Amino acid sequence: MSSAWLLYCFEAIAALSALGILFVRNVFYGALLLICCLLAIAAVFVFNHAEFVAVTQILVYAGGVLVLIVFGIMLSARHGGKPLVVSHNYLISGVLLSLSILGILIYAISKTVWPSPTALTTQEINIEKVGVHIMSDYLLPFEIAGVLLLVALIGAIAMASSKSKSV
Amino acid sequence: MQNLDHMLYLGAFLFAVGIAVIVVKRNAIMVLLGLELLLNASNVNLVVFNRIHAGRIDGQMFSLFVIIVAVCEAAVGLAIVLRVYQYYKTSVPDEVSELKD
Repeated sequence: MSSAWLLYCFEAIAALSALGILFVRNVFYGALLLICCLLAIAAVFVFNHAEFVAVTQILVYAGGVLVLIVFGIMLSARHGGKPLVVSHNYLISGVLLSLSILGILIYAISKTVWPSPTALTTQEINIEKVGVHIMSDYLLPFEIAGVLLLVALIGAIAMASSKSKSV
Repeated sequence: MQNLDHMLYLGAFLFAVGIAVIVVKRNAIMVLLGLELLLNASNVNLVVFNRIHAGRIDGQMFSLFVIIVAVCEAAVGLAIVLRVYQYYKTSVPDEVSELKD
């Protein structure tokens, strides 16, 4: 029963740090709260027997996206040394929109009768299955995803480099 | 075995917070952070729904591809933000309104 409480703790961390992004005004603190939220979500993935997705989440977000976002914050700061502080607008309409979406989703989830989850044994390892599926059933999407990553990174470098005046 | 409802509620909550961050914040990088929250809410749902089907792993594969596309979106989005900042000297999306009127 203690693992269930651990799962609840990670869910609470994810929810609270996501809510903190909404309230914090410094962009850098927002990025740190996002990483905290994403690591907690990775822990939730582990509890759902999705170990490979959890490790990918940690590697990609903590190693890649955080560095990108921090570079973006540093390069777009107006005055060097001062923290980048953002103001809020459309506060009423934004909160109203998100609360209505949340209400609709909670209503739909609570009205639906979900089938009970399959009880996985601890001997069943999903990582092996993920590897086999990537190299057999999902080979074409995997290769297309690789090409997409290459194109996106080349495009990002070409756009962000200050030498290209043709943009 | 426990039920899965609370993780679905977590996904719904993350989605709502992401929508609120996108609408409320006056900074393009904060909007990108909200987008990451939306994509992770969908990932939580995919991984949780994968539990319902025994022996199948399609939900986890789809969440892997969602992570890949999220990385591409973050890289290209931040490049566009930097370019807009160099050109307009602002990173507030509402102030880039040359196409309006």
